[in-house]
Amino acid sequence: MADTTSPTAATVVTKSKFQELELDLRLLGMIGALVLLCIGFNLMTDGRFLTPRNIFNLSIQTVSVAIMACGMVFIIVTRHIDLSVGALLATCSAIMAMLQTQWLPQTLGLGLGNPMIWVIAIVLGLVAGTAIGAFQGWLVGYLTIPAFIVTLGGFLVWRNVAWYLTDGQTIGPLDANFLKLGGINGTLGTTWSWVLGAVAAAAAVWALVNARRAKVNYGFPTKPVWAEAVMATISVGAILGFIATLNAYTIPERRLERMFEARGEIMPEGLIVGYGVPISVLLLLAVALVLTVVARKTRFGRYIFATGGNPDAAELSGINTRWLTVKVFALMGFLCALSAVVASARLANHSNDIGTLDELRVIAAAVIGGTALAGGSGTIYGAILGALIMQALQSGMAMVGVDAPFQNIVVGSVLVLAVLLDIVYRKRVGVK
Amino acid sequence: MATPLVEMKDISISFGGIKAVDHVSVDLYPGEVVGLLGHNGAGKSTLIKILSGAYKADAGEIRVNGEKVEIHNPREARDLNIETIYQTLALADNLDAASNLFLGRELITPMGLIDDAAMEAECRKIMGRLNPNFRKFAEPVSALSGGQRQSVAIARAVYFNAKILIMDEPTAALGPHETQMVSDLIQKLKAEGIGIFLIDHDVHAVMELCDRASVMKNGELVGTVNIDEVTDDDLLSMIILGKNPAAAA
Repeated sequence: MADTTSPTAATVVTKSKFQELELDLRLLGMIGALVLLCIGFNLMTDGRFLTPRNIFNLSIQTVSVAIMACGMVFIIVTRHIDLSVGALLATCSAIMAMLQTQWLPQTLGLGLGNPMIWVIAIVLGLVAGTAIGAFQGWLVGYLTIPAFIVTLGGFLVWRNVAWYLTDGQTIGPLDANFLKLGGINGTLGTTWSWVLGAVAAAAAVWALVNARRAKVNYGFPTKPVWAEAVMATISVGAILGFIATLNAYTIPERRLERMFEARGEIMPEGLIVGYGVPISVLLLLAVALVLTVVARKTRFGRYIFATGGNPDAAELSGINTRWLTVKVFALMGFLCALSAVVASARLANHSNDIGTLDELRVIAAAVIGGTALAGGSGTIYGAILGALIMQALQSGMAMVGVDAPFQNIVVGSVLVLAVLLDIVYRKRVGVK
Repeated sequence: MATPLVEMKDISISFGGIKAVDHVSVDLYPGEVVGLLGHNGAGKSTLIKILSGAYKADAGEIRVNGEKVEIHNPREARDLNIETIYQTLALADNLDAASNLFLGRELITPMGLIDDAAMEAECRKIMGRLNPNFRKFAEPVSALSGGQRQSVAIARAVYFNAKILIMDEPTAALGPHETQMVSDLIQKLKAEGIGIFLIDHDVHAVMELCDRASVMKNGELVGTVNIDEVTDDDLLSMIILGKNPAAAA
């Protein structure tokens, strides 16, 4: 039997135009939920929800949880859980805050404001986060203590290590360069944002073209050209639309004046400057991109999913599942430290309660984003969308003026409902 | 006689005081199918897991092509061209056929990334040889039938040039047509000079497919016989009563 012709012959089934787009229904559902949520809140707040300003704020508020949610996807896919992420974030944040305000300037004699301080603080913070994560992974993988227990212990330990390190005090102000990673204090500006948008749009189109070319090369079935074109248009539109929105949020006049004064210049009359893409959002996008490639295109990612699907099969295939567990938790620790940078820089100081309840937000984001607690399935973009839905829900309710207790009641209910919908969806589609 | 592909000599292993395998010796020659028979819990699967690297024997030695080897994990077994098709199939249900075929040995692009397209192409090639009706390359293997899953598992062993193939009840979950397909495949592999250990409950399948049979009972070896020289009943009495016909004669 001629192998190259048979698959196409077998798939000559009439499809509707919609089916030919081969869209991920789950993704579509999540985007739909987010859009509905945004429109609903926008109506209830007389158009205040969908302003460039609020979208900018939503973006920078989501970053910290979203970065950790990306790591949580890998943890949950390998059938583990990490309850310590919020506490680990606090420890990393405490270490970095102490480094840049006290240990480095005083003990090492690097003066406050030394341009190396923020770099050293971040590097050491990331190393600490990775090491703590790896240690927890070793307890889970090699000593076979259940991840739930290890990270429940970690939840108490790291929360209070942070307390001990700072004596429970709020540590600040943090280094000026460090603050640029938090959001409003560090943005690309409109020009570079457009450059970034153009590059991203070109990369999206290139990726689609490349994937199609590979399929054609091997003679695999492909989507019709018009379907690819629609996908490309939607991707490019979404990217450029997002950039345009962030660029449309302009720096308030007073603030701009002060920025010019600080540089010893006088602001030109009537100058309008947009913020553009925050560096923290750029960090999240980079994390998402790298981890998506890791998940889909590297052995590490493939083994994570294989282990989640069938741990015995993975082991018998020669995969070192124990070492894999260490690596997955180490990655989670690294991402907690990165989130700690963003979270403390956004707040401009380290507070003792930083990251409180983040573990639940992070797990909720991953689960709302379609990561199955049974292991073996989950996506990075889903987790980020999940984080965005949670954040939109929370700040939307705050803007509408819902009482604080009801906010948490709603968020909790939404989490349970999202998982129920996911179960129903999986049953109907017939995947396990 | 030629050197055996595999010799397992005086192998013993116990779990918590229970001797799962007790001083058992078996061997396997190129182009030969050796059946391993016995009740559930007789120790067949345990014995074979020692060869495939899943367990480490407490005592005894393993020789491959006459050379003494130590097998600590599945990867080392694979390096000796020992491939195993497990009873539970050892497939990751959430991955597609190509990912399972190459699990642990993925094809890599020059940039170090997984080359899915090349893997799917290779997968289509080998499935075309083993099971030409196989179509579901994009679906996760959880969507496949028992026979289709079995053919993925067999493809995995065949693709990587197994010299020694261990099959743990390869036809247990299959319909008659699929069973026939597996039988044909075993004949094909045998003709290529591959040695096969076939673990099975089914005496008829063993009589049909195997050259020799080793029977185990309660972790001990009852005996090894040439299939030509015994009847179904002889094998059954070895399995049930633990009586060796050669010794009785």
